[in-house]
Amino acid sequence: MAGNAGLGDRKSLAIEARGLVKRFDGFTAVDGIDISVPEGAIYGILGPNGAGKTTTLRMLLGIIDPDEGYRKVLGAERPHEMASAIGYLPEERGLYPAMKSYEAIAFVGALRGLPLAEGRRRGRELLEEHGLGYAADRQIRQLSKGMAQQVQILGTIVHEPRLVVFDEPFSGLDALNQGRLERMMRGLADRGATVIFSTHVIAHAERLCDEVAIIAGGKVPFAGPVDVARDRIRPQVRLETRAMEGAWRAALPADARVESKPGAGTFFYFSLPETGVEPLLRALIEGEAGILSLSIERAGLHDAFVAIAGEAAAKALEEATNVEQRA
Amino acid sequence: MTGRLSTLSAAFVVARRDFTAILMSRSFFLFLLGPLFPILVGAMAGGVGQRVQQTTERPELGIAMEAKDVLAMKGAHAALAGRMAGAAPDLVVLRELEPDEEFDAYEALAGRQRNIAAVLTGSPSEPQLTGSADQIERWRGPVSMLAAQAMGREPESYPDVALAATATSNAQERRGQLLTAQASQTLLFLLTMLLAGMVLSNLVEEKANKIIEVLAAAIPMDAVFFGKLFAMLGISIVGVGVWAVAGGAMGLVAGQALPDLPDPAVGWPLFLAMGVVYFAMAYLLLGSVFLAVGSMATTVREVQTLSMPVTMMQLVVFFLASYAMTQPGSAVELTAAIVPFSSPFAMLARGAQDPALWPHGLAFAWQALCVIVFVRFGARLFRKRVMKSGPTGAKRPRRGLIARLRPARAH
Repeated sequence: MAGNAGLGDRKSLAIEARGLVKRFDGFTAVDGIDISVPEGAIYGILGPNGAGKTTTLRMLLGIIDPDEGYRKVLGAERPHEMASAIGYLPEERGLYPAMKSYEAIAFVGALRGLPLAEGRRRGRELLEEHGLGYAADRQIRQLSKGMAQQVQILGTIVHEPRLVVFDEPFSGLDALNQGRLERMMRGLADRGATVIFSTHVIAHAERLCDEVAIIAGGKVPFAGPVDVARDRIRPQVRLETRAMEGAWRAALPADARVESKPGAGTFFYFSLPETGVEPLLRALIEGEAGILSLSIERAGLHDAFVAIAGEAAAKALEEATNVEQRA
Repeated sequence: MTGRLSTLSAAFVVARRDFTAILMSRSFFLFLLGPLFPILVGAMAGGVGQRVQQTTERPELGIAMEAKDVLAMKGAHAALAGRMAGAAPDLVVLRELEPDEEFDAYEALAGRQRNIAAVLTGSPSEPQLTGSADQIERWRGPVSMLAAQAMGREPESYPDVALAATATSNAQERRGQLLTAQASQTLLFLLTMLLAGMVLSNLVEEKANKIIEVLAAAIPMDAVFFGKLFAMLGISIVGVGVWAVAGGAMGLVAGQALPDLPDPAVGWPLFLAMGVVYFAMAYLLLGSVFLAVGSMATTVREVQTLSMPVTMMQLVVFFLASYAMTQPGSAVELTAAIVPFSSPFAMLARGAQDPALWPHGLAFAWQALCVIVFVRFGARLFRKRVMKSGPTGAKRPRRGLIARLRPARAH
């Protein structure tokens, strides 16, 4: 298990979980997970379907109890004690079909302790703010799936929670609404709220998260800042030269991959050496390699995920994303 | 905002939503109309029955007077019956007496000759009616008119009719109270089954709407269960209230505000109050079990399969309570009063038959405790068995509860 580095060391924690285990009928869904979520962070739980994301979130929120381990949410060992400060959007969305949109928002707020009248007022306001004012008096059954999902998202934040937990919030939303949701999540974090969301789409996590937990097979092989995850992989160098051979080739790492393209130069791909780029450049110049281009790219979260969780998990993640995009 | 809603406040939030939603739904309207169908069928059957009864079982007035008086009374009946619009009782001559011969009217009534409802003795100038209190009161006027006619008097000078009501025996009183107990038990049972079924459908609908996880994340499951139970209880009280008002109004129009049942041992006001409380307890007990069943099941088919044994159990419990009612003070009655599910039925029957109040205090406390235990158990079961993973089928094949209960078949 990787240590939790970064923000968690400096800030107080919104969530702290150690050694969480959950078994169902002999199947271990979550196997000793440690998570530390700093207050005010946007935190992603990244993993393929069946990795244990939902079970982990349910344990963190007290919907189910872990078989082993310890959790603390907003300082409370029993998450329900802090229910009024928490907002939760489950993966399986659901609202009462006969309720009007603003009433549905108010009802979810009321469950978290917001007075009903205040919830109704805020419900209408939120719908207006998010361009859904025209649907305030419509029943949920009269809304499209995406709109109903947005109404539920607004219900999740109507009581202005300190901790907002979204389980796969982007599923079922079109690109436009995904963008809106990303902005909303940033807005919540700017306001000081802690945002946790689970996803199998790396791009969302990469764009939004301060920290991530990579989860695969019920375990967390990495948890910490996104930059630290990326730094698990050396930056990738792409070098284009005129010459193919020369003494300068000895300066290239042994695992350098070579590609020659007709009508163009020769391309070398390799990880940036530990010694940095300067000794390499010097050797290339002195060896008259004829540098046509040289670029250094930092590894993406996807590469980090592959390196950390393994090829199989990365493939499952990609498949899930493809299935969703097709849907 | 920090902290959380208390269980009571959270239950109130759920109950308020459910109560309003059900009250505004079409199903509640149908629920209100429910008793109309048996009433209509009953009225139609009753109409036919009444017609049959009128022709075959019309109560008769036995007459035992001296021969000349019998003759005079029959003559008066022949003269007046046509003008009395059916108010004149049919006369049956029991005996033409010799002068100064005694006649035992009570014995004639106990002998149940033909369909004799009362016996007229004495003479037209001093008639005496013997029979049940309500019957002789009903015939007092017509008999006085017949006697006056028999005496050849003017209609303004009717003779006084002496009334001798037959006393109700202890055995008859007990029989009457048993009838009250039986009727109240049956009503309680039907209402309880109807509502427990409704609360089960409500939970299944909740699971189908997938809102259950939003509830489970925000408030304790105990509160969800209590909220649902009390919402349906509120609905049922509204429904019963509407039925009572409608029934009362119909009764008043028909000239009878209450059904013609013998007085229960504790008196009607207290008995009705007990009825409300025991109904609430019976419903909460059964409803909590149905909720636990509903929470375990993943499909409507599973709900139906799992609720069947509970329904059968409730029938057995009802029969136990019904049998216990006929054995007051026995071990069977004590058992029926202790077993939580039969306790409300047995105790309501006891209220009809025994005036002691302290056992009811004990029973209320015991039943309330059982409700709390059952709801907590159901909530725990729900959290343990239901909230297992993400969307069904997305991760691994899941077997339904029935499949899990069934032993694996060898291939």
